[in-house]
Amino acid sequence: MKKSVNQLIFVVGVLVLWEGLALLKLWPPYVFPTPQGVAESLWAGFADHSIWIGIGVSMRRVALGYAISVILGVLLGMLLMSSRFLEDTLGGLVLSLQSLPSICWLPIAVLWFGLTETAIIFVTITGSLLAVTQATKAGFDNVPRILSMAGRNLGAKGPQLFWHVLLPASLPYLVDGLKQGWAFAWRSLITGEMLFVTLGLGQLLMMGRDLNDINQVVAVMILIAALGYIVDGILFRRLETSLRDRWGLATAASN
Amino acid sequence: MTNYVLDLISRSIAGGRVLPEHEEPSERVKPNKDAPADVSMLHAPPASRKESIALSGVFRSYANSRGSFTPALQNIDLEIEQGEFVCIVGPSGCGKSTLLHLLAGLDRPTTGEITVDGSPVRGPGTDRILLFQELGLFPWLTVRQNVEFGLKMAGVSRNERRDRARVFLRMVHLSHFEDHCIHQLSGGMKQRVALARSLALRPKILLMDEPFAALDAQTRDMLHDELERIWKETSPTIVFVTHNVREAVRLGDRVLLMSFRPGRIKSQFQVTLPRPRHVEDSDVAYLSKEILGQLREEIDRSFNAEYSREEKR
Repeated sequence: MKKSVNQLIFVVGVLVLWEGLALLKLWPPYVFPTPQGVAESLWAGFADHSIWIGIGVSMRRVALGYAISVILGVLLGMLLMSSRFLEDTLGGLVLSLQSLPSICWLPIAVLWFGLTETAIIFVTITGSLLAVTQATKAGFDNVPRILSMAGRNLGAKGPQLFWHVLLPASLPYLVDGLKQGWAFAWRSLITGEMLFVTLGLGQLLMMGRDLNDINQVVAVMILIAALGYIVDGILFRRLETSLRDRWGLATAASN
Repeated sequence: MTNYVLDLISRSIAGGRVLPEHEEPSERVKPNKDAPADVSMLHAPPASRKESIALSGVFRSYANSRGSFTPALQNIDLEIEQGEFVCIVGPSGCGKSTLLHLLAGLDRPTTGEITVDGSPVRGPGTDRILLFQELGLFPWLTVRQNVEFGLKMAGVSRNERRDRARVFLRMVHLSHFEDHCIHQLSGGMKQRVALARSLALRPKILLMDEPFAALDAQTRDMLHDELERIWKETSPTIVFVTHNVREAVRLGDRVLLMSFRPGRIKSQFQVTLPRPRHVEDSDVAYLSKEILGQLREEIDRSFNAEYSREEKR
């Protein structure tokens, strides 16, 4: 309860400050957006369905790209764990490639796939796949040794040990990694959608720039951030909370 | 194929890539659908007092950061009878825990041989269950699921697992907590869950690594009584490591004193005091004093070793 009151006060405060700055007219209107302008832009976008279509198209793409990333990422992470050789060789490559911003993958995506749907999905996957891989690996690396020893001691071995001890023991870390992977997928998708007339939110953002419409740019940015936050809440927050409760990691302060 | 990869992963994580794992020929707990879930099944086969564990010339050293080897255990020769309650005391770093890990098959001796009932130990086996000091309870499982874990791994059916887990939960007085999460329990209760989890496999040998060190005195007293009762009821061989000499005398048939690095069995004390004993008993105190005198020498040696190492820096 207190949290939502705080959040409300914060949002109102930001809006008042923003409006105040806009009223001072320190910058020309094509540089500094106004709250009303952004609201109107959002309203117009919803009214002519362009935002609805953008949300639909972007969500479908991110769902596909993220799903592929999770499956391949977890498999790749497990593969890295399975051999010292792969960890030393492929593991280093994964780490170095992960430092590439997703925009670096745009040229290669266009060269390989042209201005197509596949190129966008490809960029989404490159953005999140390696994050999921890293998280999977970190999750297994972080399994407390005492738990795997206890499992072996009680007769679990090989695949049994994996399914009944290592996997559940690494779950809190895995979920953390999947959450991070989601954030990366969403960012990379928007980058990819700026490529061409893609109908997605990324394109709406670029359209705002092309029309010199700062209000639309900010409106779409707010929308992208809000969607990322909402999906994160739906997909992960509840899962995280229940895991924390179960594992006993929850603190009294969490509310 | 999948299983093969999972196996590799399990090994690389669980083994920490240090210990080679070996398939052990140890006998597993066989599913027994006919056995009724009553207390009678807790009793191990009649104990003819014979040798259960034998260590001969066991030596274990670890590579240290300077590239040489630190001996942890040196030349351990030891025989433990079936159903015997052996306590091991010694200063910190004397290799007590290492010894238990070797017996549990979670670690292997550098040289020497360990046999249980005549067959060499080559890996973990459910005939020897180690109760870790840190317990290693699984937080994602409820109390009862934790107790069922070993049985599940052995392929015991769901109903029998549940029934058997309940028998052992009753034994450690946790019947009302079977559906609780681990983190909801107190330290003493967690300790008893770990004990029930180990006992549920009806191990012939129970290895305990300072199990009660972190508990308050009252809880510890109570658990001593429970452990003694359970030992009488199920008659496993128990190897109990502690740094508390009184605890050792209170519980053990025999107390072994280990020397500081490299760990060796320095002396042995047969405890013939009648049971039940209590830590406050004067006889227990008297014998403890004698053992403590020798233990002090080892503790002094360990302090001196630490001190001289600091001097060198």
